Amino acid sequence: MEIRRRKNQIEISELDPFLAELLRQIPASADTEGAPAAEQRIFSPPANGKERELCAEWKVYVEPELRRLFQTSTQTVGADLEQLNGNEKTLANRTLRIPTKHADAWLNALNRARLVIAVKNNFTELELNDHLRSPIGSRRDLSLFQVNFYGFLQEFILRELDF
Amino acid sequence: MSSAPLAAEVAVSPIPRLPKNATPYTIAAPTIEKETRAEEALDLPWHVVVHNDPVNLMSYVTMVFQRVFGYPRDKAERHMLEVHQKGRSILWSGMREPAELYVQQLHGYLLLATIEKVS
Repeated sequence: MEIRRRKNQIEISELDPFLAELLRQIPASADTEGAPAAEQRIFSPPANGKERELCAEWKVYVEPELRRLFQTSTQTVGADLEQLNGNEKTLANRTLRIPTKHADAWLNALNRARLVIAVKNNFTELELNDHLRSPIGSRRDLSLFQVNFYGFLQEFILRELDF
Repeated sequence: MSSAPLAAEVAVSPIPRLPKNATPYTIAAPTIEKETRAEEALDLPWHVVVHNDPVNLMSYVTMVFQRVFGYPRDKAERHMLEVHQKGRSILWSGMREPAELYVQQLHGYLLLATIEKVS
């Protein structure tokens, strides 16, 4: 896989079917439905328990806005990922082009996906910092690889945004 | 921020003018109304606190601090490191309304952020 900036796009080329599939899983991975712990992390309270009124108002007024923001990000990423639609054979050496104007949506969706996967698997800080862990021998290993792969993409996008 | 005085304000009803041929009468003492100050006006400062989350990338957190608070990179990195090493950092202090807006923005970036009243 190669990743580079080309004018107003971030180009991920020579994508093998495995990595292409991981990319296609971003929207589903970022979804908190059926995972209360992940839902609680993504929509964490804005204050401690003493500020009941504030937390209640937040649920009514702010949380719906956050849900809309996250939904829009997911939709943008999902639309970009349509470039990868096709059967396994055609996925070989595919190229994904992400318009730089979609970078914020990608950062958001990737971060959400990483958080949701981490909560679902209850990863420890030690595991999350073990970037050299290999090979993938279990579903848990695969999830950790997914978190790190999405993190790598985030790092690249951030670098290209010059932050 | 408004420049409302700290002392309670006093509103005095104006004394009505009488016509020249009017019968004199006694007017009641002016009503003095003590204005109850809005809670916000007496509001203590609030802190915007960001808490550590091992999943969020350091570079991402730095970028969020730069964007949300307009901090230069070195200041944003200092706060990021404080979050990472001490578990939390106070990013901003001030009135409740802007503090809530900052926390809302930080949640939009998936950071663990809370608003805390200064004790």
